Amino acid sequence: MILFLMAIAAFGIIKLRNLFAVVMLSGIFSLLAASLYVHLTAVDVAFTEASVGAGISTLLMLATLAITGEYEKKHTTNNLFPLLIVVVTGAALIYGTLDMPLYGAANAPANLHLIPRFIEQSGTEIGIPNIVTSVLASYRGYDTLGETVVIFTAAIGVLVLLGRGRNRWRPGISADAPSKDEENEV
Amino acid sequence: MQLPVEIPGLLNYWIVIVLMMVGFFVVISHGNLVKKIVGLNVFQVSVFVLYITMSKIDGGAAPILDDAIKNYSNPLPHVLILTAIVVGVATTALGLALIVRIRDAYGTIEDDEITNQERDDA
Repeated sequence: MILFLMAIAAFGIIKLRNLFAVVMLSGIFSLLAASLYVHLTAVDVAFTEASVGAGISTLLMLATLAITGEYEKKHTTNNLFPLLIVVVTGAALIYGTLDMPLYGAANAPANLHLIPRFIEQSGTEIGIPNIVTSVLASYRGYDTLGETVVIFTAAIGVLVLLGRGRNRWRPGISADAPSKDEENEV
Repeated sequence: MQLPVEIPGLLNYWIVIVLMMVGFFVVISHGNLVKKIVGLNVFQVSVFVLYITMSKIDGGAAPILDDAIKNYSNPLPHVLILTAIVVGVATTALGLALIVRIRDAYGTIEDDEITNQERDDA
């Protein structure tokens, strides 16, 4: 049911030209996903999706829209070729799901290895009732370390891209030539 | 899911794939860069839903240990997706920063107009 609502939101994103509405729809999409995660008993993921996915990324996009303007121009390019690619890819993926374990199957291969051990031992080994936390912070601690490195790198990238915004220096533009910025303001 | 109709076991995956393809379509067919990022986000969230769907076990509770509970959902996909969500926001932020810079340099965030300007400059 929630998945169908998500599908409606997604098709709305294709149709709408007002980028403000598109960004709000993507926020709604994330929030619907979060409620779906609660339904699928992934409560930690739901928290994160609701705060980070629906909250922060919507906020970032709105901030970008404030700078870049909120209307998408009508594009005249042909939609047929992308549609063809999408349909072919989708068909291939659906073909791929045909031998996947059914929804909710307890004996799916992904649930048989390592997981019983996490469930039985993590309470005594780590001492935290929340298995997701134990796995995240301890068993897969290096993963989390890598994640923070990625965030750090992204933060550096954003700072490098935007922090120099007020500088005269632009790659490819000599210092005495008027920069594109000034041309736009005129 | 308690619905009057029995839901076939693979339906969730199929809807996820439709969502994924919607995101993919937005990315490759729209010229506006912000919309491309939104499309990428939709794609990302669909992949997350795919993983979380796989972690669900019939009758399984949220993976928080309690003596009264016998069955838990698979916690490993949850962990992976937690990481992926946060990384996804980091990449989104970086992409949006790039868009702001592109708009600084070209005065537009439409794909085709940027290409035209490049051609005119050359």
